[in-house]
Amino acid sequence: MTRGQKIEEKFFKALMILATYFILAILAIIIYSIFEKGLRSISWEMLTQVPQGGYYYGKGGGILNAILGSLALAAGATLLAFIIGLPVALYINVFLIRHKKVINVIRFLLDLVWGIPSIVYGAFGFSLMIFFGLQTSLLAGILTVTLFVLPIMIRSMDEILRTVPIGLQEAAYSLGSNKSEIAFKVFTRQSISGIITAVLLSFGRAIGDAAAVLFTAGYTDHMPNGLLEPVATLPLSIFFQLSSPVPEVQNRAYASALVLTLIILIVSLFSRGLGKRYHKTKINF
Amino acid sequence: MYLLNRKQRHVVNYTWMIISLLLVAFLPFLLFIGLYFKSVLLLHDYSLFDLIFSKSWKPASGQFGFYPFIVGSVWVTLVSMLISAPICLLTAIYVTQYTRKNFLRIMHPAIDILAGIPSVVYGLWGILVIVPFISRYLGPWLDVKTMGYSILAASFVLSIMIIPFILNILIEIFKAIPMELKEAALSLGATQWQTIKHVLLKKALPGIIAAFGFGLARAFGETMAVLMVVGNVVKLPKSLFDPGYTLPALIANNYGEMLSIPKYDSALMFAALLLLAVSLFFNLVMHFFIVRYNKF
Repeated sequence: MTRGQKIEEKFFKALMILATYFILAILAIIIYSIFEKGLRSISWEMLTQVPQGGYYYGKGGGILNAILGSLALAAGATLLAFIIGLPVALYINVFLIRHKKVINVIRFLLDLVWGIPSIVYGAFGFSLMIFFGLQTSLLAGILTVTLFVLPIMIRSMDEILRTVPIGLQEAAYSLGSNKSEIAFKVFTRQSISGIITAVLLSFGRAIGDAAAVLFTAGYTDHMPNGLLEPVATLPLSIFFQLSSPVPEVQNRAYASALVLTLIILIVSLFSRGLGKRYHKTKINF
Repeated sequence: MYLLNRKQRHVVNYTWMIISLLLVAFLPFLLFIGLYFKSVLLLHDYSLFDLIFSKSWKPASGQFGFYPFIVGSVWVTLVSMLISAPICLLTAIYVTQYTRKNFLRIMHPAIDILAGIPSVVYGLWGILVIVPFISRYLGPWLDVKTMGYSILAASFVLSIMIIPFILNILIEIFKAIPMELKEAALSLGATQWQTIKHVLLKKALPGIIAAFGFGLARAFGETMAVLMVVGNVVKLPKSLFDPGYTLPALIANNYGEMLSIPKYDSALMFAALLLLAVSLFFNLVMHFFIVRYNKF
């Protein structure tokens, strides 16, 4: 090895280490600045009250409406996406198992849909809403976000379901099960940990997305009441508070961002924990 | 115990599956058709060429030139790719080739957290850290006047946001390269870096291009974070330190006024249609790269 080669080797290795630690450092900086700013301005009042009069000029109140609204919206969308998504993922892996080409086309379509930016869903949801004469409401928000998380839900379930060994399927057939029994009783049970992970992943995406709900869910200072009423969401409350010129209101945006980040961190922790826990019910081959 | 007998339950489950599947399979077409019908009003009066290459954006007097927004989007996307592509590639090689398995166990949660942070929070972080950094340090240091809210700020925030996305694909690609290939190169006397340069990178090239393409499509459509730091000025940006405007930001910023002018509404839907078309196109092309890669 010549000296030049040695230097090249060292140089690129150093660059690689630099890049890797750059990513870790950026993550640390992001988490630190969110926590540092957020912890300073968060208060019990913020978590337990709705905005009072003059809230956006620095008067009292909190973001309880946005927290509950976001939770309701994300839960609704995740539930709906689960109801539509699980059968699709099962259908691909149980009914179409012998038609590799069809499976590939469906997976390809799902990947295409996954890549579509959420603002496009927002615009589409908005025009659907106008078409059906709906107002901005929790329902419209849920429907739009459902479309947005659906591909995420299906593809992550699909990744787990495709690892179910063919032997398990054959064993179930030999005991006289039909296809839908195999799908809903055998496959779901075998992949329960992956399904939970997929649901939590979708929930995290649903609660963090702002562009899709911007047009459809509206915004309100009241608590969410009813599917046909507009609803406040955390990402939008952060966005609106941040664009205020009043420093107190901006501080509340930092606190709201901390709340949102914490919710997402907790959800992702849960999905790791639960995934491990249900590993035991799995049949190992 | 059950309301229906086995056969009936099978029929119910089966119908449910088929209906869901059809809904999902037609979703991209539905989106395309829906947005197309909304933008027909605009496409009827203006030629596609005019819309895309005209520079003047005055919705009130009926001038809809998307050029500044398209240029803004392209700038932001390309610069963010320039930042994050080398970082992702170097990191992916490092964590798959140089470190032990345990290191990936630290890296994976880190990537997951980066991927999970909502884009509004990225935007907020950009306002807190990146924008002041550019206006107070980088701008004066390079002797340019800048507010901080600029193409560069948006690109930087965006580049961080797409890192987890690209990195995940790249790690999978490097993991999938068979060990024998590496061993063969090493046994011929190649050093580790030579093996990476001449064997791994060559083998992984289609996959790497695909990963960057997916990242590009993702970056092009990102809305909230970019909207918060890009400055939102309808003007052709002359340098990286100028504020700009992107297509997604255009849609998001004007949703309130949409309904007052029918053509305005139509124009915003056309912007969404453009975004959809770009996203579908990139994903289609990159998909074929991946398919080719798998055939090797």
